[in-house]
Amino acid sequence: MKEHDNSILRLPDQATAQVPKKNFITAEDGLMSWLLTGDHKRIAMLYLFSITFFFFIGGAFAGLIRLELLTPMPDLVASDTYNKLFTMHGVIMVFLFLVPSVPATLGNFLIPIMLGARDLAFPKINLLSWYLYIIGGTLTLTALVLGGVDTGWTFTTPLSTHYLNTHVVTTATAIFIAGFSSIFTGLNFIVTIHRMRCPGMTWFRMPLFVWAHYAASILMVLGTPVLAIAIVLVALERTIGIGVFDPTKGGDPLLFQHLFWFYSHPAVYIMILPGMGVISEVISTFSRKRVFGYTAVAFSSVAIALFGFFVWEHHMFIMGVSNYSALVFSLLTMLVAVPSAIKIFNWAFTLQKGSITFETPMLYAFGFMGLFTIGGLTGVFLGSLGMDIQLTETYFIVAHFHFVMVGGMLMAFLSGVHFWWPKMTGRMYPEALSKLAAVVTFIGFNLTFLPQFILGYLGMPRRYHSYPPEFQILNVMSTAGATVLGIGYLMPVIYLAWSLKYGAVAGDNPWQATGLEWQIQSPPLTENFTEIPIMDHEAYDYEWLEHKTAHEVTTVG
Amino acid sequence: MDSATVNPQAEHDSAKHHHVSLPQHRHHFETEEQQREAGSFGMWLFLLTEIMFFGGMFFAYLLYRNWYYDAFVAASNTLNVKMGAANTAILITSGFFMALGVWAAEVRKKNLLVLFLILTTVFGCAFLGVKYFEYKEKFELHHVPGNSFDVSQFINPPLNAQGNATRPPLPPDMAQKTQLFFFLYFAMTGMHALHMIIGIVLLFWLMGRAQRGEFTEGYVAPIENFGLYWHFVDIVWIFLFPLLYLINLHPLAH
Amino acid sequence: MGISPVLWQFLVKWLNASALFPREASTIAPYMDALYFFLLGMTVTGVILVGAIVTTFSLRYRKSKSPVATQIEGSTLLEATWTIIPLGIFLVAFVWGALLYFRIYTPPINSMNIYIVGKQWMWKAEHPGGQHEINALHVPTGQPIQLTMISQDVFHSFSIPEFRIKREVIPGRYSTVWFQATTPGEYHLFCTQYCGTNHSVMIGTITVLSPSDYKKWTEESTSGMSLAQNGERLFASMGCNACHSGNAAARGPNLAAVYGSKLQLTNGSSVLVNEAYLRDAILNPSQHVTAGYAPIMPTYQGQISEDGLIDIVEYLKTLNTNYRVQQTLTTSQSDQAAPPASGVVKP
Repeated sequence: MKEHDNSILRLPDQATAQVPKKNFITAEDGLMSWLLTGDHKRIAMLYLFSITFFFFIGGAFAGLIRLELLTPMPDLVASDTYNKLFTMHGVIMVFLFLVPSVPATLGNFLIPIMLGARDLAFPKINLLSWYLYIIGGTLTLTALVLGGVDTGWTFTTPLSTHYLNTHVVTTATAIFIAGFSSIFTGLNFIVTIHRMRCPGMTWFRMPLFVWAHYAASILMVLGTPVLAIAIVLVALERTIGIGVFDPTKGGDPLLFQHLFWFYSHPAVYIMILPGMGVISEVISTFSRKRVFGYTAVAFSSVAIALFGFFVWEHHMFIMGVSNYSALVFSLLTMLVAVPSAIKIFNWAFTLQKGSITFETPMLYAFGFMGLFTIGGLTGVFLGSLGMDIQLTETYFIVAHFHFVMVGGMLMAFLSGVHFWWPKMTGRMYPEALSKLAAVVTFIGFNLTFLPQFILGYLGMPRRYHSYPPEFQILNVMSTAGATVLGIGYLMPVIYLAWSLKYGAVAGDNPWQATGLEWQIQSPPLTENFTEIPIMDHEAYDYEWLEHKTAHEVTTVG
Repeated sequence: MDSATVNPQAEHDSAKHHHVSLPQHRHHFETEEQQREAGSFGMWLFLLTEIMFFGGMFFAYLLYRNWYYDAFVAASNTLNVKMGAANTAILITSGFFMALGVWAAEVRKKNLLVLFLILTTVFGCAFLGVKYFEYKEKFELHHVPGNSFDVSQFINPPLNAQGNATRPPLPPDMAQKTQLFFFLYFAMTGMHALHMIIGIVLLFWLMGRAQRGEFTEGYVAPIENFGLYWHFVDIVWIFLFPLLYLINLHPLAH
Repeated sequence: MGISPVLWQFLVKWLNASALFPREASTIAPYMDALYFFLLGMTVTGVILVGAIVTTFSLRYRKSKSPVATQIEGSTLLEATWTIIPLGIFLVAFVWGALLYFRIYTPPINSMNIYIVGKQWMWKAEHPGGQHEINALHVPTGQPIQLTMISQDVFHSFSIPEFRIKREVIPGRYSTVWFQATTPGEYHLFCTQYCGTNHSVMIGTITVLSPSDYKKWTEESTSGMSLAQNGERLFASMGCNACHSGNAAARGPNLAAVYGSKLQLTNGSSVLVNEAYLRDAILNPSQHVTAGYAPIMPTYQGQISEDGLIDIVEYLKTLNTNYRVQQTLTTSQSDQAAPPASGVVKP
């Protein structure tokens, strides 16, 4: 094992190393053993394949949207088709990719191990979660194949209830079912974190990854049911037509907005918090340092979750809500921005006096920090009432949420997948190629979405099929970036698949990280631990790790 | 940073020797106590999500009752309070038997447990039966929102024997809003009834397992947790009944 | 504005010429742009700051230069710093934005009111003088214009980026926004709330004219009757004058000069009579019964279009005496009251 100055990677001697013969993948054979598994790690892998599948479908729609927007004229597809494209892009990306991505794959895989438990509290419900996700996804695809839906992912009434005859009810049902997948995952995490920590694992010895998922799970459990009832009401309004959202019958379309955004705002925190958890782990490992201000970061996660419930009306500032209610929600929006800022600074200062290397997960983490800072600060633009008047419903909003969701969340997801790939599969991904993909993604992303901020202030509305010709140059830049971005996302699929067979054998702890998951074999045994560990040190305790590795005998799988 | 703790593995082993493991013990849990606490916690969390779910409809109710109070009063007064009150009593009794069932499981009396589960189910079905008659009556009176809804009886209320209107007439535009009340009535009680049906299906399943003695050997978690669910369904009804049936009713003032 | 007006003009013109920045064509636009540049400055500073910290630490503490990490727990002072400073900046953005918001959504008293009706997929503008425009709006400079807007079907949103104004156009209630145009020219009008198939073509042109040109335009494009005149016609033909005749024993309250007054309702509350109230009183009369009157007014929901409602509201705004009401009572086409809403609801 050579000591490299610019990498902390320690792989076992490739001439003699082997992936351990007994692990959770080889434990049982056959399709049924996967489809009826209770093993949280297998369920995580099932999720990984499914969400990747849906990601590329949603991504294909994005590609078509950007292709259409190359020219100002509506010349590639018909308007109805275009409307279906952005609706399906939104529905798939939000509900079938972003919401489950980190929690259902990395969270499922890692939380029990990080806590020193053998599995989540309710393995059968975990499997049920996956099946609900698959059913929801299948129904969405069914709606797509049957002709699609064009309400926009926000299902604004009365458009969605009275003025469209596309497959709204099918899609609403799909989202309803997928929502329960999310609720059960969150429920499982909360109970596991409360009740199944190993001896010695106090709350403040848990990795920050777990804290982030705890906060996100609170949001999943409390917020998603309100979305469920909102779309049930939409479905009932469509089928029976009783007027709960119809002003001519005394109903109020703004009621739907309140119910919908009551979930959909916390939803964005459901999406970002687990990603932030990944960043904590990655920055710590590649600086060889405890996260700066552990307690502050932990409490910030919970603060984001709590405050996140009280800002939903900022999606409705221009919709004729009372000016005074707008004041309250704008103030609360400013408050919710602060914990995110705290986290960014804490991560930045984790680097100070560290020993930093720049492997792929770290590159993605740096990308996250820059892009999430931009995305988060542009959120402050939107929280500022007067500014929101000019910027809302334009491409500024599109740029803002893509910066936080794609530049933030998706980068964090890729960071985490690369970081824990050796643990999940026992194999290492190819470092040079992955670094290239990270850089390509970063460049492509900025080229795609920075021009959209400018377009937004110029006034280009979102969800527009055609636009005034003076906006074309910026749109062309954006589409060019999207092409580069697409390449950046395809690369990992290819080389990660390649690494399953040809990647280097990773060993237990290639990154020399702390954390209980790195003290067991890669891939782990089905029961994770041969004996339940006792946590006798703090989280991110590199001194403990050094002491341990100095004294241990390398185990053979 | 030395790990200077005693290895509790030895203690655990010795503890195991005195401990008979129940067949229902799931091995990802360290102890049965952990399993039971996790299960109970999980059920409470699930009930919290149910509160949020029903909460959306309660919010809509809050809004529209505030805006269209007169319509809500008139519509609410057409509901059959006797049936509603009877249902309330039936459901509380059902909950009482469920609580007795939990006790029976804890004291390991199998036949009592099965009896109480049966009684819970019977009263649950009775509730649904009364609901059926109520809904049928609503249908006949054209109170079901949608195409067959009939506002005329709110604009020109039926006369009683003395020729006086049985209730104050509503202006046409306010009469229209009674449809909103009935929609919320059917949505909320319907959603509640759906939860009861699910509960009754689960009761049959539990009855079968109880008959086989699965819950009277020390493993009471499913009965306890189902009890939580059943009581929650009961509580939702306790809220629904006054909010839907008892708007502006003054039984002593005539 | 705090910075030199020369520099400001240069900045705005240069940015505008490079099609990266919209023109400033209203009185509120500079205020909006000032807030925008503040927030932009905040963002650039924030990104540079974070970028600088990350880059500096990454280079200074990279493994080859710093082989051993020093474990640091944290620093309460730093935590406090980067909590309080961002919070302070965000609160500045809050206060500034709130002031701007109230300014844009509080029309001045002397505004000229123009009605906008949005429907899938076009905008109708109705000037008080009776000029009707589709997907276009002519306005004069130097005069505050209030837009009173409503949708006939779904949510739309009326947006003039170069004026820096935008407001949702909602079915069932009026929403308002105001602006004062500064420079003659043509400007984009967009619908910015997704409203179905042709959302992207629900666009138009705002034409700003000098006051004399505007006067010429109004004279040339009048379609005959003003909104109020049309409203008077509707008031009679729909039988409103039968109850609201202005007689002492009339079944309905006197509507002369009711606009702008404070009205006592039967439920004890008192309301300010504005456009929204008048519209709602016509559609949901039982909730808006004037004190001393019986709730017998039929509802006109479904019998009158939003355009008709606008005409009647305009008419009532101009109604100062009941002279012509009495006149049209005897000469109106129909002497029957509008039919009351029938019992069964039409699907």
